[in-house]
Amino acid sequence: MTPVSYLRAGSAADALRLGAVQGHRLLGGGTNLVDLMRKGVEQPGVLVDVTGLPALIEEAADGSIVIGAAARNSSVAAHPLVRTRYPMLSRAILGGASAQIRNMATVGGNLLQRTRCLYFADAAGSRCNKREPGSGCDARGGFTRYHAILGASPACIATHPSDMAVALAALDARVHLASAEGVRTLSLLDLHRLPGDRPDLETVLAPGEMIVAIELPPSDVAARSIYRKVRDRASYAFALVSVAAGLALDGDRIVDVRIALGGVAAKPWRALRAEATLRGGPATAEAFARAAEVELAEAAPLPGNAFKVPLATRTMAAVLAQLSGEQA
Amino acid sequence: MAIRINGTEVAPPEDARVSLLDLLRERLHLTGTKLGCNQGACGACTVLVDGNRVLSCLTLAVQVDGRTVTTIEGLGADGLHPLQAAFLEHDGLQCGYCTPGQICAASAMLAEVEAGVPSYVTRDLSGPVRLSRDEVRERMSGNLCRCGAHNGIVDAILAVAAERAA
Repeated sequence: MTPVSYLRAGSAADALRLGAVQGHRLLGGGTNLVDLMRKGVEQPGVLVDVTGLPALIEEAADGSIVIGAAARNSSVAAHPLVRTRYPMLSRAILGGASAQIRNMATVGGNLLQRTRCLYFADAAGSRCNKREPGSGCDARGGFTRYHAILGASPACIATHPSDMAVALAALDARVHLASAEGVRTLSLLDLHRLPGDRPDLETVLAPGEMIVAIELPPSDVAARSIYRKVRDRASYAFALVSVAAGLALDGDRIVDVRIALGGVAAKPWRALRAEATLRGGPATAEAFARAAEVELAEAAPLPGNAFKVPLATRTMAAVLAQLSGEQA
Repeated sequence: MAIRINGTEVAPPEDARVSLLDLLRERLHLTGTKLGCNQGACGACTVLVDGNRVLSCLTLAVQVDGRTVTTIEGLGADGLHPLQAAFLEHDGLQCGYCTPGQICAASAMLAEVEAGVPSYVTRDLSGPVRLSRDEVRERMSGNLCRCGAHNGIVDAILAVAAERAA
């Protein structure tokens, strides 16, 4: 690890001022950044610890839940309002990492964590366009079991590793940002970028801009929602495929539905096509299977991860069937 | 400020790169906490910070300045901790390398259960938590045992949970 200095931000203004300096990086729990520093992938000159910033989880006047970016993952998952109103979010967080890591990781850091692509992490031995733009990609043609089947590019096939973000994508969460220029809010769906020819640019955050809070809007589908994660071992593993979904039914008719996929793309993948196929239609196994096929129609798998296309299709259909009360 | 480790105040290191794990083992010679993978995958380095279980290998020591750290030496300061005794009773170890991390993690896990914190396998997120084998296995999945003593570990934890409930 290269030498690094450590500062604590006492306020958001402090964090913005210190974080905007070239070579400075904001530090949350450190579960990803410290590891990447040790591997030589990240080499910040100064760490600005932002875990002292607001971590409150509060209900706003309009019924939204606002979560401070410094809230620990474990606090969000265990919060009574989240457990009862947004069960898919509690389950997604609880399905991620281990209890120790969830106690450390912050909400802001979770969203901004880097891919777990082995070639990205191998600074000494592998080429990576995300780590070093234009250098090439050794993942392509390598071990691609954990790589993307949707939205990838010739330059990069990495996936976003967060479980929490998949639920947030399905819940239409909003991200509150601040910078020296002021504040803005955007949909979580617009926070992360697909790789294109610049996989090193992972979000739309401007230099010096930071996440200050996440907002969960009131939702008709969230109360009846789940998160299912398919992985190589029963716990403490990254997703091969995951599905966050919520369903609102009127009898057998689908009034509204939200679906997002994890483990398949460089960002949490909101299944808008599947949702459009289902909305207003019947809640049947056939409809669920067809919607899943529509969503995965443009999947472009590699030989090492082609299994993810049927896996994602079946998992999505199974989750929707479970939500509609059928056995799956 | 200072880091309060097992009741003793310790100055944070000058070098911000020093992990909490290295501070404990290399500078304070509290070698109960173990170095396993050093990348957050095995749980051998688990300690408690302000009562919460964390990985000391991915924690920079400067991050815990002003906070309270408890290691296996702290848990066992007044004779064998009930979890230590239960691990012995139920063969919750073979080589013993992962045991300090297992016991630190288990002590925090029992507190989480008492506080009603759900896990990924908890059926009803809003109801009380009933500690089954599946619950213990899920909640302890961040601590790997390469000797494969997991069945004994689960037995030991369930025994302590049952004692506390009695």
